[in-house]
Amino acid sequence: MKHIKLLTALFISTLAITSCSDDTPIPVHEEEVITTMTIELTPNGGGNKVTIQSKDADGEGPTAPIVTGGTLVANKTYSGVITLLNELETPADNITNEVAAEADEHQFFYSANGVSSTFVYAGNNDANGNPVGINFTVTTGDAGTGTYVITLRHEPSKNATGVKDGDITNAGGETDIQVSFPITVQ
Amino acid sequence: MKSKNIVFTCVLLLLSSIVASQNCKNTFSGLIEDFHDKSPIVGATVFIKNQNKYTTTNFEGKFSLPNLCSGKIIVEISHVACEPQTLELNISKDVYKVIDLEHHEEELNEVNVKGAIGLKTKTAQETLIKTKTLDKFSGASLGDALKNISGVSSINTGNSIVKPVINGLHGSRVLVSFNNVRLQDQEWGIEHAPNVDINAAKTISVIKGANALQYGGDAIGGVVIINPIKSSIDKDTLYGKSIVSQQTNGRLFSVTTNLNKSYKSGWFVNGQASYKRAGDFEAANYSLTNTGVNSKAFTFSLGKKQFENGFELFYSYLTNETGILRASHFGNIADLVAAINSSRPLIIDDFNYTINNPKQDVTHHLLKASYYNRFKGFGKLSLQYDFQINNRLEFDRRIGDNKNLQAVDLDLTTHNFKADFKLDSDPNHVYKFGISGLYQNNFPDPITKVRRLIPDYKKFSFGTYAIANFKFDDVILTAGVRYDLEHIDAKKFYLQSRWNSLNYQDDFNDIVIDSNVSGSQLLTNPKFTYHNISTSLGATYNFDSNNLFIVNYGLANRAPNPSELFSDGLHHSAARIELGDLRMQTEVSNRISASYKFANAKLNLTIEGFYNHIKNFIYIEPTGEETTNRGAFPVWTYKQVNAQLLGIDTNIKYQIHDNFALTNKSSLLKGRDLSSNRPLIDIPPFKTVTSLVFKKENWKNFYASLESEYNAKQNNYPNNNFEAYLPLSNSFEVVDISTPPSAYHLLNFSTGFDFNMSKTKFNLNFSIDNLLNKNYRNYLNRLRYFADDLGRNFKIQLKINY
Repeated sequence: MKHIKLLTALFISTLAITSCSDDTPIPVHEEEVITTMTIELTPNGGGNKVTIQSKDADGEGPTAPIVTGGTLVANKTYSGVITLLNELETPADNITNEVAAEADEHQFFYSANGVSSTFVYAGNNDANGNPVGINFTVTTGDAGTGTYVITLRHEPSKNATGVKDGDITNAGGETDIQVSFPITVQ
Repeated sequence: MKSKNIVFTCVLLLLSSIVASQNCKNTFSGLIEDFHDKSPIVGATVFIKNQNKYTTTNFEGKFSLPNLCSGKIIVEISHVACEPQTLELNISKDVYKVIDLEHHEEELNEVNVKGAIGLKTKTAQETLIKTKTLDKFSGASLGDALKNISGVSSINTGNSIVKPVINGLHGSRVLVSFNNVRLQDQEWGIEHAPNVDINAAKTISVIKGANALQYGGDAIGGVVIINPIKSSIDKDTLYGKSIVSQQTNGRLFSVTTNLNKSYKSGWFVNGQASYKRAGDFEAANYSLTNTGVNSKAFTFSLGKKQFENGFELFYSYLTNETGILRASHFGNIADLVAAINSSRPLIIDDFNYTINNPKQDVTHHLLKASYYNRFKGFGKLSLQYDFQINNRLEFDRRIGDNKNLQAVDLDLTTHNFKADFKLDSDPNHVYKFGISGLYQNNFPDPITKVRRLIPDYKKFSFGTYAIANFKFDDVILTAGVRYDLEHIDAKKFYLQSRWNSLNYQDDFNDIVIDSNVSGSQLLTNPKFTYHNISTSLGATYNFDSNNLFIVNYGLANRAPNPSELFSDGLHHSAARIELGDLRMQTEVSNRISASYKFANAKLNLTIEGFYNHIKNFIYIEPTGEETTNRGAFPVWTYKQVNAQLLGIDTNIKYQIHDNFALTNKSSLLKGRDLSSNRPLIDIPPFKTVTSLVFKKENWKNFYASLESEYNAKQNNYPNNNFEAYLPLSNSFEVVDISTPPSAYHLLNFSTGFDFNMSKTKFNLNFSIDNLLNKNYRNYLNRLRYFADDLGRNFKIQLKINY
């Protein structure tokens, strides 16, 4: 009988400890989500600024991003700057700052399909003197239509062959962003 | 007296005929005593195998067998509470011998007929794994040990996260009971291994199908019952065991120790602790970077055990830190394609003990208090309260301030109370009744700053069952019925876009409690109640002393688990979007099984067949892709179909010679989705394991075994391959996530022997797994896309009994 009493006491006390209040859970705002990538392309020596953008309003939700491409002038050099935002937060969180803060672990890669364009890293390098690629220049070739693919890799092997020059082939790491923008060169 | 009868029955089973020889005048006599305290063992059976003579020891532990023929005799000494021991002697005159038996290897109270010592059921497809076998897996996991049973396989995430699969079913369909407590540890996830230290188990029973209703009614796959190390003798004794293992692969070191003290008065205290550490494991040709393991576990129990009544307080703690293969972590479909197309993992570093992200860190606490009382001429009442906390952390590759912050943080707290009554005054008519109540709370900590994959929920359940066992001359009948009520009350955030894409806005509008949560979310309060009925009917027919038949039918219902209902969003560690469905219905399984067992002096054979029809079978399968700024992700959706599983498991042991035995374990399984008439995903392929064992008892129990393990290729699989757009090359490529890996054949070798130093008994084992260093991949390993399975492994193990 003594045992039963002991057991009952134990049972009740543990129940009492854990009986919980009817709290409403707090919503989570994902900090690492990039809802918006905006690339501003400013032509060297004057001309119209071109802004291309990929905006995914629901982040990792089912709605696909809305991608806005642009029209560039043939045989011209543009200075590009990339901005990454998390607009699920109010005010929007600027993820570009995080990439800059962890420059050695991030690198942007650019490539063109269907049109000929040359990309060169610009702006600040990381602490090891390797490119990050928030800033870059792009020189367009002849007229045509195609895509620009902008990729952000987390933890790439920056010392692997070609990676410093912007070749993604041996970069490895994980893709944080990969967007294909429709581009018309005329 | 009772145990004596049982031993007698066992012996009868083994005996085929008593051979009477002439000119046989030798007497073999001796004393059987307890290895630990040298007290005589009463009622032990001494059986001369090759001359078919037996006797039992008297009250002084002594025995005498007259009229034995000269020459070699093989003696088997057994006792219900001991590991049987075999020795070989050459006799040409009278021989007297003192023999020590390990008197704590088997439970005293789990006595059964026909040699089925320790079995929990009488008419189900049940297999018992004994201490000796479990000890070999001291440095491995529960899932690895269970694969010793034909028909049991595993679904893995790498080599350290091993989840048992019984007849093709896993997760919530396999109930794991540890010291009579049902484990509540988020068992739904494929990458969630059962939180039990294999070293805390003395024996493990696996029951295929939901035929052990006292444990639960929803174990459509089966039940794994882990019996912990316990004192079982009412006398003053102190004993223990330590196992130290070291292996080359992963440079793994493990140690486990248990100490047991019991008193004549019935009081006992046990303690057991284990530690395991490994670094990066190795495939045949490369290192598997970031696959280290760091495990610590202990159990403690205290109580009083008498025939009339007793109680036990039990606490178990376990923490497992497990690295996840670095190369298995990827960003989007394009990364996945690159990983699948590469023959080697994309990240290979030198060996390291450090466990980096991605990794899991799981802690499990289990506390139990139980009490029993026997009522003379009536039965036994057992009361139990148990409490569990499971904390699961998953770490991912993250950026910024969140770099070292867990991406998943789940706290699952469970209270359970149960009362069981067993009416066993008439051993031919045994009835069991019971009730149980459970309260569970899941708290996904928002500290992760990642949207919750599993929501906050509370679960209440109530169960009641009745089981009847009838024993006739050659037949045992079992019938059982169970009712379970399950109520789940969740608070779950959905992204508005997801809510609409799943068409919940029409069907579930009434559960929305806040339609305007920041971040374009809404908060819902899903509440579901399920009523489940399970039944089990079984019969065992002992045709004669060599042949036994079992037939069984089971109806089981399983309510959908939180993951199947609520999963929604990107599962970072798997880089896939997983979607549950609030419309999920209860799974209903109808399983028919039949077994045939044959045993004589040379041959031991078990054939088990089953057919399982599951209505509303829930499984997750790739169904397409979704695009985000990160790129495209595969979408895996929980689906519900009608399915059937059909399988046959065999187990054969043939004693070729006194010292040589050949064993084979095979299993064949077919799984079909009847709704769309195609194969089911993740069905283990045909497997056959053959081993040749040489054993010589009078060479200090020396043994050497060569094992051949063949795993066929799974040719019946659903084709879920899809085409993905690869932006870099501006092309489409087929993502082959379906094709199973090729068949493979492994050779394993093991050997060992015993030796004694004063009162201490040692056992030394050496083994080589994957002797030929074959590179292979297993269909049921989630990381098979990224890396090979384990390469050659040398293991050495020292076991000390004191």
